[in-house]
Amino acid sequence: MMASLSLRPVLARPSLRLASAFHGAGQRHASTLLYVDHKNDKIAGGTLNAVTAAQALKGPVTALVAGGAPDAVAAAVAQIPGIEKVIVAKHEAYAHGLAETLAPLIKAAVEAGKFTHVVAPHSSVPRSVIPRLAALLDVSPISDITAVESENTFRRPIYAGNAIATVESSDPVKVITVRSTAFEAAPTSGGKAATEPAASASTETSTKWLSEEIAKSDRPELGAASVIISGGRGLKNGENFKILYDLADKLGGAVGASRAAVDAGYVANDMQIGQTGKIVAPALYIAVGISGAIQHLAGMKDSKTIVAINKDPEAPIFAVADYGLVGDLFEAVPEMTKKL
Amino acid sequence: MANLKIIVPVKRVIDYTVKIRVAGGKVETNNVKHSMNPFDEIAVEEAVKMKEANKAKEIVAVSIGPAKSQETLRTALAMGADRAIHVEVADADTVNPLQVAKILKGIADKEKPDLMILGKQAIDDDAAQTGPMLAGLLGWPQATFASKIQIDEAAKGATVTREIDGGMDVIQTPFPFIATTDLRLNVPRYASLPNIMKAKKKPLVKVKPSEYGVDLTPTLKIVSVAEPPTRKGGVKVDSVDALIDKLKNEAKVL
Repeated sequence: MMASLSLRPVLARPSLRLASAFHGAGQRHASTLLYVDHKNDKIAGGTLNAVTAAQALKGPVTALVAGGAPDAVAAAVAQIPGIEKVIVAKHEAYAHGLAETLAPLIKAAVEAGKFTHVVAPHSSVPRSVIPRLAALLDVSPISDITAVESENTFRRPIYAGNAIATVESSDPVKVITVRSTAFEAAPTSGGKAATEPAASASTETSTKWLSEEIAKSDRPELGAASVIISGGRGLKNGENFKILYDLADKLGGAVGASRAAVDAGYVANDMQIGQTGKIVAPALYIAVGISGAIQHLAGMKDSKTIVAINKDPEAPIFAVADYGLVGDLFEAVPEMTKKL
Repeated sequence: MANLKIIVPVKRVIDYTVKIRVAGGKVETNNVKHSMNPFDEIAVEEAVKMKEANKAKEIVAVSIGPAKSQETLRTALAMGADRAIHVEVADADTVNPLQVAKILKGIADKEKPDLMILGKQAIDDDAAQTGPMLAGLLGWPQATFASKIQIDEAAKGATVTREIDGGMDVIQTPFPFIATTDLRLNVPRYASLPNIMKAKKKPLVKVKPSEYGVDLTPTLKIVSVAEPPTRKGGVKVDSVDALIDKLKNEAKVL
């Protein structure tokens, strides 16, 4: 494997001398550090999907759980089959996902464990932390991968998902974030990993975390929902989103929105689906009053079945929809809710 | 503290409205409309607003790319940046965000800004890496995905609201720091014709990456670029009943 690497002189790092002196540097086996995103004592942000991507690298997987009170999450992570070890970093400085403290922590863990890969979900905390970590390690990170081709070759979407690049890394440590919708979630029971404390790292930072405001909802999380009803400018105002909530409740689904609906102030930012919002791939995606701009399609076109309800028969959304209904959403959506 | 020096890196990318074409294992960029990365426009706008509010004294726009990146810098100057630095490379596509961050670190070391505002991601490579990497290289605090930046003169820093999964949070950081822009931070202005004319006279210097001692050999190589799988054309149904029937019996998702 890795023909391009075998052309290089063998420069064995001290830690690799035994393994690589006779077989070339390319023979180094993958060993992966998984960064666990979590919130309120729950594994979060596509971490379970990142586990599946980490396992595709074929080496042993060690999980890192850092936080102010990480013990419950560490215990849950230890149950995931395929995780060999859980290292736990407990400190108030890790409580709020600040990259200034988490990046040095992960760097220390990589050095202590001699990991060849760092894998994290492409959720908001790792999106801040992982590039900073890569800079500290002097390597090029690989964002938002959708496939693992080999331990150094990955696929990732570029241009809002309108092209797929296959990229090859020659860095000693591959630092990767994973698009959750491209990998199945790993099971959460059956494993029995041992836990141990993380290597110590500086917890100093001049950044102060002050507060947060999290939108509360009884409906499933957008990233995890199997049905998503999404509204756009066609909804006309925030109150009208109620007809989408009614349909979502009937289907046990979540409600999303286009950027147009968010910018118009109909709904909160965290509901936005698209290149600059969330990427989703539910079993059923119902786009209501959404024209289907490139940036919106980037966030949902991998959904298994797409339905479009729009009064404009020329709307680009119909080009990706499996089933299209040209009509007035204010009649069609309530009718659908009633008939289901 | 009403004299912040702000650096805003901007990238020339294919215009966001263009439907890109993949040909011969790469994205076709010749004869395609380019413009400033939308997140970078927001970064320039934020810096200009800080200057208008008498918080900032100088705004330096920087772009790393081919000769045509100068058009992007002129746009930044027309929006209100004071001067520009063009780091010329033949093909921006071969420069990874790591190298970009290293060049920007070189510029920061020399210019000593109080604040650098970057877009949260470029809409071509969608990497979303340069800002936090630059912060890591400089050892500065970072405020990513900012939807609000309030300069706090007494505290010699800023309070920043960030978009996070599920909502938002608020952090406080001293200068110097790195901010990256979320779409929600502001609505960028259009450059007026008089300002476009004035921008032509503003200073723009050209430098080489070698001046910052950065090795441009990328360790991340694009092996190939392909079109994504296309979805099969769907069908139109004429009633809600027909739709529900299809979803239940054909797609079997209900």
